[in-house]
Amino acid sequence: MMRQAAAALIARDLRLLWARRGDALQPALFALLTVVLFALGLGGDAKSLAPVASAVLWLAVLLAGLLALDSLFRGDAEDGSLEQWMLAPVPLWWLVLVRTLMHWATTALPVIVAVPLLGELLHLPRAQLPVLMASLLLGTPILSLFGAVVAALTVGMRRAGILVALLALPLYVPVLVFGAGAVAASAQGLDADGALLLLGAGLVISLVLAPPTTAAALRIAHN
Amino acid sequence: MNPVVRWFHQLGSPPYFDRFAARWAPWAYLLGLLAMGVGLYGALFAVPADYQQGDSFRILYIHVPSAWMSMAVFALMAFYAAIALVWRIKLCEILAMACAPSGAAFTLVTLATGSIWGKPMWGTWWDWDPRLTTELIVLLVYVGLMGLYAAIDDRRNAARAAGFLAIVGVALLPVIRWSVVWWNSLHQGQTISLFGKSHMDPSMLWPLVWMIAGTKLWFVGSLLGRARADNLRRETGKDWVTKLAGGTP
Repeated sequence: MMRQAAAALIARDLRLLWARRGDALQPALFALLTVVLFALGLGGDAKSLAPVASAVLWLAVLLAGLLALDSLFRGDAEDGSLEQWMLAPVPLWWLVLVRTLMHWATTALPVIVAVPLLGELLHLPRAQLPVLMASLLLGTPILSLFGAVVAALTVGMRRAGILVALLALPLYVPVLVFGAGAVAASAQGLDADGALLLLGAGLVISLVLAPPTTAAALRIAHN
Repeated sequence: MNPVVRWFHQLGSPPYFDRFAARWAPWAYLLGLLAMGVGLYGALFAVPADYQQGDSFRILYIHVPSAWMSMAVFALMAFYAAIALVWRIKLCEILAMACAPSGAAFTLVTLATGSIWGKPMWGTWWDWDPRLTTELIVLLVYVGLMGLYAAIDDRRNAARAAGFLAIVGVALLPVIRWSVVWWNSLHQGQTISLFGKSHMDPSMLWPLVWMIAGTKLWFVGSLLGRARADNLRRETGKDWVTKLAGGTP
């Protein structure tokens, strides 16, 4: 039953994504714009860009995810699917988990795939790339899972706007600190494993705790 | 029924709470201002200057009680919110949301006094020290909560959503705090720290005790006043509110 529901939800999300495939590139495009603006603002020479490249890339990915956050449950709230989710015989947290991971795969993953290219634009030292990719792969699902709580709380509003960012940012701080911290540590020749392992632990904890929290938030915001 | 339990049940009724708040808020304000007056007199005149920091250490008597309150109010808000979510007590929703503006104000005072103290002592208005960063994030959470409460039309839903976020915030604040400490320790150890109370001479301590008691009492007054206003706004149109406003129901 739970596997069937997940498969149906994934198939539906993928079909919707394919129907609007132009939109799927938006987060990656936004990350590119952020990177271009940062590079131009910092003067554009390799000497000033290389030290901050990993932090800028982390921020670009984080901001692109923040932009996509509002669409996590909004469509379902507007067309009434969310009520069906709540009435469904499978637990709400399961649907929330599947949706959040799908959302991550369709909004965050394309940006992460683009990161090696964006890194070249910023003269990111090659040696930092593996740690950066690992920290992004471990960190961005946590961002999506935390962000889902905020998206659920604001789902009842017509336009959440800046409020989503304001509410999500404090929750994003630890992830950014450890994610960007891992790359910074490896750049200084320190061991990045500690931060990466902590990110992994955070991912496991939030995989368990965030979906029920999001489900509770959905019930509160959308009774 | 046990009189204390009965009193709690009575307090949940909006008209009873209105009378209770109207009666006790002025007293809490008055006692709070008196205590803060004694504390400020002690802080500004009675206590000797610090041997290292001179007179500029006196701002501590505002800074420390505010910092204490900014955290304590957050905890209290989450406590009320948890009660409101579990037992659906309307008054607790109101009280939780009435905590947020005072808590945000205390946090802002903490940040401002810390900056003013930091400029002559550290030579900078701001540093990404764990404590400063945590306090700034606490302020952002307070502002976000108030924004969420204001943005949802239905008052009860709004209070429940914002209260839920307050509980999530309480769970995550230690993680945020700890992560910032970790991040800072990458670069350098904390070279300067605000001195803890234990290092303080008893002759300098007593105004702080008065200030801490004063801010707590003042907060109680502010909480009762705000909760009373919100309570009246929610009960608009009920007979007892109309009577209170001098109309005929």
